[in-house]
Amino acid sequence: MPVTIATSIDEACASLAAHPDALVLAGGTDLMVEVNRGVRTIGHVVAVDRIPELRGWSLEGDRADVLRLGAGTTCTDLAEPALASLVPALAQAARTVGSPQIRNTATLGGNLATASPAGDTLPVLAALDAEIELQSAGGARRLPLDEFVTGVKANALIPGELITVIRVPVLEGPQEFLKVGTRNAMVIAVTSLALVVDRPGRNVRIALGSVAPVPLRAVEAEVLVAERLDFENMASPDSDLVDRFADLVADAARPIDDHRSSAAYRRHAVRVLARRAILRAFPGSAPVPA
Amino acid sequence: MTSVDGFSLSINGHNRSVVDAVAGESLLFVLRERLGLAGSKNACEEGECGSCTVRLDGETVCSCLVLAEAAAGREVVTIEGLGSEGDLSDVQQAFLDAGAVQCGFCTPGLLMAVDALLDDDSKPDDLTVREAISGNLCRCTGYGRILDAVDRAAAARQAEATP
Amino acid sequence: MTVVETGARTSVGPRIGENAPRPDGVPKVTGGFAFSSDLHHDRMLWGATLRSPHPAARIGGLDTSPALAIDGVHAVLTHEDVPGSPTFGLEHCDQPVLAGDVVRYEGEPVAVVAADHPDTARRALAAIVVDWQPTEPLVDPALAETADPIHPDGNVIRRIHLRHGDQSAADRDDLVSVEGTYEVGMQDQAFLGPESGMAVPDDDGGVDLYVATQWLHVDRDQVAACLDLPHEKVRLTLAGVGGAFGAREDLSLHVHLCLLALRTGRPVKMSYGREESFHGHVHRHPARMWYRHHATTDGDLVRVEAHLLLDGGAYASSSSAVIANATCFAAGPYMVPSVEIEGVVVRTDNPPCGAMRGFGAVQTCFAHEAQMDRLAAALNMDPVALRLRNALEPGDRLATGQVIAGTLPVAEVIRACAGHPSAALGSDEPMARPGGAGRTADAQHVVRGEAVAVGFKNLMFSEGFDDSSAARCVLHHGVATITCACAEVGQGFVTLARQIAGEVLGVDEVVLAPVETTSIGSAGSTSASRQTWMSGGAVQLACETVRRELLAAVSATHGVSIDDLVLVDGRIVSLAGDLDLSLEELTVERVEAEVVHRHAPTSPLDGDGQGDAHVSFAVSAHRAIVDVDPDLGLVKVVELTTAQDVGRVLHPLQALGQLEGGAAQGVGLAVMEEVQVTNGRIRNASFTDYLIPTALDMPPLEVAALIEQPEPGAPFGAKGIGEPPSISSTAAVAAAVRDATGLALPRVPIRPSDICLGDNALTAEVIA
Repeated sequence: MPVTIATSIDEACASLAAHPDALVLAGGTDLMVEVNRGVRTIGHVVAVDRIPELRGWSLEGDRADVLRLGAGTTCTDLAEPALASLVPALAQAARTVGSPQIRNTATLGGNLATASPAGDTLPVLAALDAEIELQSAGGARRLPLDEFVTGVKANALIPGELITVIRVPVLEGPQEFLKVGTRNAMVIAVTSLALVVDRPGRNVRIALGSVAPVPLRAVEAEVLVAERLDFENMASPDSDLVDRFADLVADAARPIDDHRSSAAYRRHAVRVLARRAILRAFPGSAPVPA
Repeated sequence: MTSVDGFSLSINGHNRSVVDAVAGESLLFVLRERLGLAGSKNACEEGECGSCTVRLDGETVCSCLVLAEAAAGREVVTIEGLGSEGDLSDVQQAFLDAGAVQCGFCTPGLLMAVDALLDDDSKPDDLTVREAISGNLCRCTGYGRILDAVDRAAAARQAEATP
Repeated sequence: MTVVETGARTSVGPRIGENAPRPDGVPKVTGGFAFSSDLHHDRMLWGATLRSPHPAARIGGLDTSPALAIDGVHAVLTHEDVPGSPTFGLEHCDQPVLAGDVVRYEGEPVAVVAADHPDTARRALAAIVVDWQPTEPLVDPALAETADPIHPDGNVIRRIHLRHGDQSAADRDDLVSVEGTYEVGMQDQAFLGPESGMAVPDDDGGVDLYVATQWLHVDRDQVAACLDLPHEKVRLTLAGVGGAFGAREDLSLHVHLCLLALRTGRPVKMSYGREESFHGHVHRHPARMWYRHHATTDGDLVRVEAHLLLDGGAYASSSSAVIANATCFAAGPYMVPSVEIEGVVVRTDNPPCGAMRGFGAVQTCFAHEAQMDRLAAALNMDPVALRLRNALEPGDRLATGQVIAGTLPVAEVIRACAGHPSAALGSDEPMARPGGAGRTADAQHVVRGEAVAVGFKNLMFSEGFDDSSAARCVLHHGVATITCACAEVGQGFVTLARQIAGEVLGVDEVVLAPVETTSIGSAGSTSASRQTWMSGGAVQLACETVRRELLAAVSATHGVSIDDLVLVDGRIVSLAGDLDLSLEELTVERVEAEVVHRHAPTSPLDGDGQGDAHVSFAVSAHRAIVDVDPDLGLVKVVELTTAQDVGRVLHPLQALGQLEGGAAQGVGLAVMEEVQVTNGRIRNASFTDYLIPTALDMPPLEVAALIEQPEPGAPFGAKGIGEPPSISSTAAVAAAVRDATGLALPRVPIRPSDICLGDNALTAEVIA
């Protein structure tokens, strides 16, 4: 049978080693679209959706400040309250993926492997500086997200390799994920924005989706607000700072015109989302001067 | 085109062998074309309409995006397993009573989605219901009678649960 | 009136006005209902269609031999294999069954294959070698009239120049005039059940075709002509229809399936995928419309001028009738003494357009209602008051000169709708705001808008078309069997037919015979809001004929006057109570009648677009309340309220279903639905990118009133109700977004960038 239903990571890796051209099937929500359309033919398949080690999450080590997310964790599971309290932006992003049916099978690892510019979880992972753990029969390696996603639907996986774990920090501070689509549900992102705050580290990290071949960090905007924001009181930045922040975020975008929207709208929307995200994250009143 | 070895699927509590399948066939195709279970519908075959919704180990999924062979060993429940004539489930009866059926093409998928919703949440509020069925497109009804059917089914299920 | 004491009704049979159960309801909720894509035959082959990748091209040559060489491929057919008429068409026979030396739109069928598996068929298509010689496509409808003809029939499919009243009525300087240019994008019917069917060859050179369609007999006629077979050798049976909305009025895979079945001698099944479906049926015509309204300072309409340009795409389909509707109803349901409308529908290399729910009236309603709001603003008048002041009434003349002879409660629907209390609240839930699940808007980013729109159209076919429906009623052992070729597409005619038979004959058991072409004549199309009137009327007439015959026989046998007999609960009883006969026993010998039902005749339009071209009209109004996030341009329709002219409600739940479903399609056109065509190519042929409303997009529909004024000549006084909900809803939603934003928004669907970046702010140029 050309489908191997793996029940452990080792078994999956062994099978991938034996069939270097095999396709890895997780939730199938991207792969099967191509198969149904006839643009991808199926040879050997290694199904990884029944590997317990790939499902769910754990806190790493004793410090509990790094979250290890199994690559096979579904979007539905990512949106569960316990996980949402640790990485709220990821939970919110996962809740906007496709439909409930899609979220029940689509996985975090699958979203990464597809590496679509519109992949909803990718901006959050970019903002969190996620690291991707890959395993093959030959060993394991770890890549930062920006080295893993290499282009439009392109990634750094080599034949025989499997995404096993996504490592993200557990940060103290608010997180936002906003997604613009032209329908109120079940819609591909026209653009999306993830913003996470690291209060102890006194920084804000912001990443954009659907405005470039890969998820983009708005680094200049991050630098600007890291110096200027009131992480003590989480006070709202003044309008001048909000404007400059939003402009820098919009400047970071490299959008294109396509059938889902125009480049001009995407850049505009990114600016609006940036304003809203920073004001949601920093809702406090400015402290009264002594 | 590669043919695959036979495999078996557990559908509505019965083991069904699939022979002569071709590599890449979806669970939806196998249900419809090889097992004679045409109740799950083929409206988009890319996970954007919900017409092919079945439950896989209890979770609703788009059967068009499930590789049939990879469903071996899992419990598949289709519309044919929800209830039959003379033994309709509460959700099926509610759809009929509420006038939620027009052309009926989206109906099997919606019934599966609503059944799963009410299993998880016996008293969902309006927004919860709308989100839960937001993956099921209907072009005939504008969803009004469907939402009414969900209310009726929820009430029926609660009445049954209350001794 | 004598009240007959017949005891409490114990039967459960269907009756008019009740929420009778759908006879196809149980199979539809258990998965047993056989849609056209569910057909299966043990010996069947799979058909597939090779389509043009170019919007315009010459075909230098076509080599099918590599496809035929593939194991499992049983036939590959081209235009040379079409034995009869090489073309088909609803009104003009201008569309090739399979393209010969030229293609005129992206997706035009070029060859068909039959193979043992869909995947084999797909590989066979890929193996066909075509020498494509792409040419420059004609894609701008404004250039079609002056461009070289892309078809032997020319580029103007139809032009109507309607002139009504004193053409110099606006030549005065005391009038208020407003002018605007409007556009409607190409909408897709987006039914859920894709085109599909199966053809089964017989031993005698004939073929049985099982297919989802709106009109079996007109399909049969076209298929037979293309196959060069007599009608009796081409038998069509209605397979389960997964929605239609106009998209199944034209042939799609019908001839292809029959050709393949006849060639291979085996049953052949074909089922389009969603992408193919977008290429495989006609769409709603995109429209560019220029309007100028003139009114007195008191708000009385004096004159309306308009130019309407509809893009018909590559083939005519029902374009001629669509432009007639657009033109006839271009001024809206208002009393306008002077009207000049030029309506033109042209041929281009864009996807063919034809019937969709609302049929020409949707486009013009969007424009005339925008104009009415613009006029109200110019007059500093309340827009509802302006509409009421000019509302048409029975006895008034339409722009076509026709006097409204039946009912048309325009003012009533406006008043009911505008005056209905709103239940719309703000929501604390971010997901309930514009942007929905993307949670982009906070409460302070949202502004609300509200507006009312009204629209109307004709019911049934117009312009002198000989419109009819045939039905047979057989009463046997007390069971009524109804035969009628009316296509059930989801609307619930199957329920109504049983209700009508039950009502007329007083029986509980009504059986509907299979819907096919050999046992009965044409029922006409399930379109134009016509089947309740036409086929419902045919069923009523057939049943009444049977009833009269029965009563006459009983009267003769028992010496009771017919007037003293009634049919009730499966019995014939006398008013005096001395006679009580069981229908079951009375009909041991079958009693039957077959009828052809016609509506009152109509006339063609003359050279000035004048004439009594229509049978009847129906009007509806919608009030939309929307929340808009102006910075992102996202819209959430919060509430819709409607009032509709229905004549009489025959089935309350089904009526509500039509109102809700039609409004949802209107909401879709207003804010999200458009087949995006660039240089002749569809860019969003999928449900991923052609977005239709989900349950999180469609608001609750409040029904303010169903105006029941029985329509003379209509069965039970009932008007068709399917189309009006799709007409005024789009206009109302667009107007509410204007109200919220203060923007002109002259184009639907309204895109986010239209709101926040000012895209598509069309200027009022005259379209000549």
